[in-house]
Amino acid sequence: MSSTALQNLIEQPYKHGFVTEIEADVAPKGLSEDTIRLISRKKNEPEWLLEFRLKAFRHWLEMTEPAWPNVRYPKIDFQDISYYSAPKPKKKLASMDEVDPELRRTFEKLGVPLHEQKALAGVAVDVIFDSVSVTTTYKKRLAEAGVIFCSISEAVRDHPELVRKYLGTVVPQGDNYYAALNSAVFTDGSFCFIPKGVRCPMELSTYFRINTQESGQFERTLIVAEEGAYVSYLEGCTAPQFDTNQLHAAVVELVALDDAEIKYSTVQNWYAGDKDGKGGIYNFVTKRGLCKGRSSKISWTQVETGSAITWKYPSCVLLGDNSVGEFYSVALTNHHQQADTGTKMIHVGRNTRSRIISKGISAGQSNNSYRGLVKVGPKAAGARNFSQCDSMLIGDACGAHTFPYIQVQNDSAIVEHEATTSKIGEDQLFYFASRGIATEEAVSMIINGFVKEVFTQLPMEFAVEATKLLGLKLEGSVG
Amino acid sequence: MQSKDGRTLLEVRGLKATVAGVEILKGIDLTVRAGEVHAIMGPNGSGKSTLAKVLAGHPAYAATAGEVLFEGADLFALAPEERARAGLFLGFQYPVEVPGVTNASFLRLAYNTVQAARGKDELDPLEFDDFVREKMNLLDMDVAFLDRSVNEGFSGGEKKRNEVLQMAILEPRVAILDETDSGLDIDALRVVAGGVNKMRDPGRAIVLVTHYQRLLNYIEPDFVHVMAGGRIVRTGDKSLALELESRGYDWLLEGDKAAGKAVAA
Ligand SMILES: Nc1ncnc2c1ncn2[C@@H]1O[C@H](COP(=O)(O)OP(=O)(O)OP(=O)(O)O)[C@@H](O)[C@H]1O
Ligand SMILES: [Mg+2]
Repeated sequence: MSSTALQNLIEQPYKHGFVTEIEADVAPKGLSEDTIRLISRKKNEPEWLLEFRLKAFRHWLEMTEPAWPNVRYPKIDFQDISYYSAPKPKKKLASMDEVDPELRRTFEKLGVPLHEQKALAGVAVDVIFDSVSVTTTYKKRLAEAGVIFCSISEAVRDHPELVRKYLGTVVPQGDNYYAALNSAVFTDGSFCFIPKGVRCPMELSTYFRINTQESGQFERTLIVAEEGAYVSYLEGCTAPQFDTNQLHAAVVELVALDDAEIKYSTVQNWYAGDKDGKGGIYNFVTKRGLCKGRSSKISWTQVETGSAITWKYPSCVLLGDNSVGEFYSVALTNHHQQADTGTKMIHVGRNTRSRIISKGISAGQSNNSYRGLVKVGPKAAGARNFSQCDSMLIGDACGAHTFPYIQVQNDSAIVEHEATTSKIGEDQLFYFASRGIATEEAVSMIINGFVKEVFTQLPMEFAVEATKLLGLKLEGSVG
Repeated sequence: MQSKDGRTLLEVRGLKATVAGVEILKGIDLTVRAGEVHAIMGPNGSGKSTLAKVLAGHPAYAATAGEVLFEGADLFALAPEERARAGLFLGFQYPVEVPGVTNASFLRLAYNTVQAARGKDELDPLEFDDFVREKMNLLDMDVAFLDRSVNEGFSGGEKKRNEVLQMAILEPRVAILDETDSGLDIDALRVVAGGVNKMRDPGRAIVLVTHYQRLLNYIEPDFVHVMAGGRIVRTGDKSLALELESRGYDWLLEGDKAAGKAVAA
């Protein structure tokens, strides 16, 4: 149980590193108005959407990449990326049996819950494979409840008025560099609409996967919960292993009207690069929820274990009076991974409440930063925030940083921030060992204790998966 | 005195050990047989805890000479967790806090790991709960400690009781209790000593590291050793502890210096 043993323990190979060999329809590399027109044409999009994209693109041209995150990476050549990649389907798919066997094997390796038993467990899965939604299960049952759950391309085709009404209302085209890029080139993603008074009858789940080596992934997710509606949504991600870095710049927009509640959970396990820091996904994502109605509620729960670089701040804009925003996060970094993640809670309405629980785990030579903004506007009388940011270090070569920003413009607001840093030390591990418990199990027990408060927020079966994932990430070749 | 089967459980021969490059143990010889209780006394910094940690396998300590046999086999061939599974127990002088891990889950994992290594049945959470409550009862421990994080915020005495609880649960062959009596109030000392006495068994040996002869009124030792400067400088029976109580250590330390010279010569 020397420090080398500890080192081995945290060097766990990536288990989802395989490439699926299906023919893909890939657009030539490069980004221009022509590329955007091509994407829009390939997808048979209406004129307004093309305009939306072009407007975003023009914004983007005038913007510069943000330099403030606490992450380091070589400059990205946006002309060296292919912006469209679709597996070539031979024909329309009616059921899972018709899905490309190669693709199904991929899903099996990933453990995507597509099987009948899994579906019986009440999981509706919308699978995004590279950029096109391949299959959607349980659409029918959802339709009976009036819930729309489909790819955003289908939504554009079948429910254009809804998409047009909400797209870009939470994250405008010019919001930030990567959001503008996404707005210009997004190729697919999920759309979810829960009508007034409906409690979505099952957990909704989407698996994202980047497969083609040179393609960027730009999904767009839009979830709208009307008055009194409720939905719990889970997004899981994995990506195969390549030496080059890939860009993932997604945008997720959530809208909750009066008394509506949206729970959005993410388990992110993109490829993180090898132990020397080669390869891996750049995960630059904009996620934002708008608590538009009074007494609405949006909860973000994220478990971030992958990506070479993560730059992500799921946020809540608390516009409606008495609305509630929550952010529960576990971010694990190992080897040379870098994560700059956190949240923004923007209190606009009266008596709005927010709660931030962030747990950062750093191992290897990784760097893990929490960056959070709590902003209380002048009209947000009675606003309350509680933030708890805990960091856990494994070994001596990693780093943990906390950057809390607090801006309060209303005297009646109460904002609390607590932070702790702890370390899994030799003495703790020795204590476990002296009771018969080996290093690996000790670390996993300590980590599980550390993340408990966040994991209890995840839907049961995903909490089990996430626990296994953390175990895998930290497990190694300790004899 | 109890009947003993007299088998040698722990045999330490000429053990030297360093920490951070400094030699702390300078040649320890100690033989512990089944059924025996040994007390190790000695001034602060004499190496008592070092001996305990070297035996349990703390990675910061390196054994540089000598050998240790545990039930006849090379102890140093085993990883620390394997030593524990084989039946070596260390009650810590300074028990470690583990925030976020409940005592109940920690105790159960330890118990089940050791049980599995002995080819015995593991207990599920409910069964374990019954089992551990009974043990806690014997130590007059509040069951509320099960739901708290391991040792976190425990008072000094509560931590020590928790160590004895772990010994009671793991049923080791050789238990080394490093200053388990320090920090206990008078009533707690009696209760904890009672708990340790219940663990006395013809097949088990107990090594008590202590500064206080008072403990030995409750748990009667077969041997009392005095450590000084990384060596055992005197071994006697329980009357030696009484003598130390009245005379202090100075008279022995003189002898130690002489012994040191003798060894060096
Ligand atoms: N990591 C370390 N680096 C340097 N010296 C150390 C280290 N650990 C222990 N020592 C030294 O080893 C010596 C023996 O320490 P040890 O803890 O074994 O003494 P002890 O007999 O248990 O004392 P006490 O009665 O105070 O508990 C002390 O002088 C101590 O300072
Ligand atoms: Mg000591």
